[in-house]
Amino acid sequence: MEKVTQFTGTGMPLKISNVDTDQIIPAVFLKRITKTGFEDGLFANWRQNPDFVLNNPSYQGAEVLVAGSDFGTGSSREHAVWALRDYGFKAVFSSKFADIFLGNSGKQGLIAGVITDADTETLWGHIEANPAAKITVDLPSQEIRVNEVVIRFEIDEYTKWRLTEGLDDIGITLQSEDAIAAYEAKRESWKPKTLPAKGV
Amino acid sequence: MSSKPLTLAEKLWRDHLVLKGENGAPDLLYIDLHLIHEVTSPQAFDGLRLAGRDVRRRDLTIATEDHNTPTQDIHLPIVDPTSRAQVQALRDNTRDFDIRIHSLGDKNQGIVHVVGPQLGLTMPGLTVVCGDSHTSTHGAFGALAMGIGTSEVEHVLATQTLPLQRFKTMAINVEGTLRKGVSAKDIILAVISKISTGGGQGYVLEYRGSAIRSLSMEGRMTICNMSIEAGARAGIIAPDQVTFDYLKDKPHAPQGTDWDQALKDWSELTTDPDAVFDAEVFIDADTLDPFVTWGTNPGQGVSLMDSIPDPDSFDDPSQKAAAIKALAYMDLKAGTKMKDIAVDTVFLGSCTNARIEDLRAAADIIRGQVMAPGIRMMVVPGSQKVRLQAEEEGLDKVFVDFGADWRFAGCSMCLGMNPDQLAPGERAASTSNRNFEGRQGKGARTHLVSPMVAAATAIRGTLSSPADLEQ
Repeated sequence: MEKVTQFTGTGMPLKISNVDTDQIIPAVFLKRITKTGFEDGLFANWRQNPDFVLNNPSYQGAEVLVAGSDFGTGSSREHAVWALRDYGFKAVFSSKFADIFLGNSGKQGLIAGVITDADTETLWGHIEANPAAKITVDLPSQEIRVNEVVIRFEIDEYTKWRLTEGLDDIGITLQSEDAIAAYEAKRESWKPKTLPAKGV
Repeated sequence: MSSKPLTLAEKLWRDHLVLKGENGAPDLLYIDLHLIHEVTSPQAFDGLRLAGRDVRRRDLTIATEDHNTPTQDIHLPIVDPTSRAQVQALRDNTRDFDIRIHSLGDKNQGIVHVVGPQLGLTMPGLTVVCGDSHTSTHGAFGALAMGIGTSEVEHVLATQTLPLQRFKTMAINVEGTLRKGVSAKDIILAVISKISTGGGQGYVLEYRGSAIRSLSMEGRMTICNMSIEAGARAGIIAPDQVTFDYLKDKPHAPQGTDWDQALKDWSELTTDPDAVFDAEVFIDADTLDPFVTWGTNPGQGVSLMDSIPDPDSFDDPSQKAAAIKALAYMDLKAGTKMKDIAVDTVFLGSCTNARIEDLRAAADIIRGQVMAPGIRMMVVPGSQKVRLQAEEEGLDKVFVDFGADWRFAGCSMCLGMNPDQLAPGERAASTSNRNFEGRQGKGARTHLVSPMVAAATAIRGTLSSPADLEQ
């Protein structure tokens, strides 16, 4: 995975709370078996409304999405993260994320940072006042910098470390293969096995 | 031996610890059972191939086809080419990696969260994961069961473990006796309405109390299933005699001395009397009415006896804005009585409410009754096995005589990845789990209800409780 540290781009205000993953990418787009090319599915239903923020030319090319609270609720679909990433977003900020969405973001190099409701309003204000305003997202220092304002965001230490080092989770875990084998050796014999198949 | 009193979820965590995380790193947990379906797995298998990795424990892994599968004409090739390709990818991947699969037409095919329990693979004391948020269902057995993303599916395939951050615990105490016509679905809709869609975030919810203890396994699964709708990491119910009786004759239940040892281990799977939860919620089962949703998230629900709330009644500005947006999408007005809302479609199905008990409850209400004019009702059993059992009991005939569509198993209209969808503007009473915008079809409007309310609604044409039929 590529290392994620700092970038500067423009922002987009998504002034809606409770954005569930069915809105981020409707189920019809989940039928693909590739891991890229999901940008056309991003907010596909809402995008049909010409007034939806993604259709506003001022915000084209934005890399920072600032959303209302409870972002990414519902389905576990990692496609939601792929769609945001493929569309060009490198970071999404909200005062509250669903747990599974947060985990999925961390696996794909999408920074999902938690900010306060007040800071959400502040960011919306800066972006709407000047959609071309340059926003710097600095992962190591957990800072969002826009104009002269510095906003701190929260991200768990482990995810931050993995992203900044560009580490692959599976590779990290496989370094502990001895511990896994030791655990397996003491598993209870009543625990189920799918093979040989029964009840067929 | 152990000093600190623990909650059930904390015991399960302790028992699956492979490595304790240091310096903020997550703990590494062993996964006892990994369920797979076609939507969230193809990219995970590709990842294994790219890295030259194999599946570590194919004997702890099982696949079925559910999200894309048609519920009619299942002997024919799947019409939609992208759905067909995704199902084929699962068949190819399970063949290449030698993983057990139950394909369309097989009696064990069905919604992954119905298949695991009916095979007896889901049992107390396990960690269960699946690339599907409704994996929380399996917590009904006293298992720690979590939905995961595709990267995590790949991680479990390769290592049979998952790095997980610790959770907080919340007790959901439901005391009392449910009245006639009120069921597990009403309990969980009331819980989500009370704590909101984000209220469970970071928590494992343990459902406790006399009303939970008196539920069947099917009812307990309905409750745990929708834990994710409150934003929770998982939902769990301590196993008891009801759990053991359910498992006893299941194909993969432990046998002989393994059964005896399992019973001994399972009997310890309770929250210690002195254990402290990080949060507690209380629900009174005695006074609970049938519960239905009016909005576009599962927390926007009220008693069926109530009216649609005024958005101005919400103190929180974001909740107020969400209510205004939801009512516009739902084409509803504040103050309208829930019972005055007419529907076009009734959907009885999904991993929440498509088990045999759900079908029986609905069939008991519609037996000998006439469907309201203009209503379409679709009944989609949770698995082929549920379908066969229902047919053995003659339930299919009850549904067909009533005028309902009797379908083959799958996720179906819960999320409309197959052809079972609502048309734009159509309104459904649905026993599924999500009333999100467009969930059941673009522009479709969903009211989440219990199987009994679904059945009564199909008879009256407006959202109704079984008690309304007696008046």
